[in-house]
Amino acid sequence: MNDDRLAGPILADTPLREKVLRRLRNRPTTRGAAILLGVLVLLALLAPLIAPQNPYDLAALSVMDNRLAPGEQGMAGLRFWLGSDAQGRDMLSAILYGLRTSLLVGLISTLGALVVGVTAGLVAAQFGGAIDALMMRVVDFMLGFPSILIALVLLASIGRGVDKVILAIVLVQWAQYARLMRAAALVERRKEYIEAAVNFGLPTRYIMFVHLLPNSIGSVLVVSTVSIASAITLEATLSFLGVGVPVTQPSLGLLIANGFEFLLSGEYWIAVFPGLALVALIMSLNIVGDRLRRSLNVRA
Amino acid sequence: MTAPLFELRGVAKYFRGKTTLAERILALAGRRQPPATLRAVDGVDLTVAKGEVLGLVGESGCGKSTLARIATGILAPTAGEVFYQGRAVAGLRGRDRLDYLLKVQMIFQDPYASLDPRMRVSRIVGEALAVHKLLPRREIDGAVDRALREVGLDLAYRDRYPHQFSGGQRQRIGIARALAVKPDFLVCDEPVSALDVSIQAQVINLFMDVRARHGLTYLFVSHDLGLVRHISDRVAIMYLGRIVEIGPAASVFADPAHPYSAALIKAIPSAARRKAGFEPLQGELPSPLAPPPGCPFHPRCDHAMPACREIRPELAEIAPGRSAACHLHTAPKVA
Repeated sequence: MNDDRLAGPILADTPLREKVLRRLRNRPTTRGAAILLGVLVLLALLAPLIAPQNPYDLAALSVMDNRLAPGEQGMAGLRFWLGSDAQGRDMLSAILYGLRTSLLVGLISTLGALVVGVTAGLVAAQFGGAIDALMMRVVDFMLGFPSILIALVLLASIGRGVDKVILAIVLVQWAQYARLMRAAALVERRKEYIEAAVNFGLPTRYIMFVHLLPNSIGSVLVVSTVSIASAITLEATLSFLGVGVPVTQPSLGLLIANGFEFLLSGEYWIAVFPGLALVALIMSLNIVGDRLRRSLNVRA
Repeated sequence: MTAPLFELRGVAKYFRGKTTLAERILALAGRRQPPATLRAVDGVDLTVAKGEVLGLVGESGCGKSTLARIATGILAPTAGEVFYQGRAVAGLRGRDRLDYLLKVQMIFQDPYASLDPRMRVSRIVGEALAVHKLLPRREIDGAVDRALREVGLDLAYRDRYPHQFSGGQRQRIGIARALAVKPDFLVCDEPVSALDVSIQAQVINLFMDVRARHGLTYLFVSHDLGLVRHISDRVAIMYLGRIVEIGPAASVFADPAHPYSAALIKAIPSAARRKAGFEPLQGELPSPLAPPPGCPFHPRCDHAMPACREIRPELAEIAPGRSAACHLHTAPKVA
């Protein structure tokens, strides 16, 4: 008879984090995307230090330098590697600062939507009944409309601004997290360790946030990495349509919008370079997020 | 017999099927269908004396686990009352209710699902002590160590996670978790059925050890008759949400009074008796959604009489300390 009291733990202690990181590194595409994403984030973080010009400082701009082609030199001797726009703003600097705004909006709004959606899903799963039914009908309602429509209506009524765009994106995105979180929590809630917690008379709020939340949030967090990209896309769309961030703090979307009118007159760089930056950002985020989702799938 | 430590009176638990939106619309249109009601536990009276081991036996789906969850306060009964130390549990509030919840502890069937996978062993075992502030913070570590030592787990494992343990070890963690709050009544819901046979014996011995040491009382739910005969003072046989027979283990196993008990006991494999044939119980457990009228066992019973199809026999005393619910022992009242 084997004595299980003496037998040691049967599973080696390989942390999941390490396994996932290893799987991520082993893919050339993923590695490339991860490096690109890292570089873009770094550029955004360091923008004030490395940008040749402060695009927000109107005094530093000269209208004489307007619409210079890439590589041309301006009046003050500054070389415009990616050209300049109609205000004489250096496109490279504008893109670096725009990257900053886009990433900031994407991250904060995703975080906000996560907090709202996860709480809502957890509450719906825990209490069930009428609360659950009501919340899920609200979620259905939100998901039933195209997100751009909801955001447009909201922003048209409260005006533009970075904070308002974030609010709009949170409003559009929380519902998908709520639905996902509810489904995961419903499965988890049926397990015996939750019954054990009830048996110990632990407070409901404690059971929800200490037992249920950490055990059911995994899939939601993974989906949220892909959602950062869609938040950035939504922000860019809103800014392009003129209801997003203010002109004084242009994001990539607004830069594209600014360049749009010059596209047909041959000054392609004003719209195309911010567009390329946006594509690079979204693509790298999507590839990394998607890969992360697949690596975290235990059965894969 | 001393006053019962624990008592169930007419306890029932019905689960109502959820009406879907479509059904509700049909109901509005006048095509009302009564929602399906699953009678998991259907009127159970049971007393447990201090210090005894009561074995509760029945087929899968007969309501054993639901009964265990009602006893521990995890589920509230649909009807009937639960008494602990003579006090109705439903009326307990605040501190009194917590006291009952902690004194009546549950040991779960599945050691893989009953421990929070994201908590370390020390946290799992000490959680209730810390959250309810039953002990000062600095004394909790000591209490956790005592509980772990008591169930035979190496203290070196206290900072590991549940997935790093075998099934038997996890069940020990579950027992340590219960013992940490100093219970006096353990409700064990098939605590060894998920374990290897060799490990089962060790865990059963552990149950008996801690019982002797702390004077614990057990309600031991199982479908393993051999095991129940080995450890129980009294045994209750459950069928389709009801108790059909209850009495001292020795006499029930020697001379079962209910045909269902007799069929179960006859099916126990035995090396000594060297049975030539094996007669399984005929038929399936009827659906608790639509229990048969009269005696719920009559469709499978060899002794079924016409009265059995119409009148449901109540649990009645047939000998001192023994009761059975069968018309063979109590002549049915003619309606």
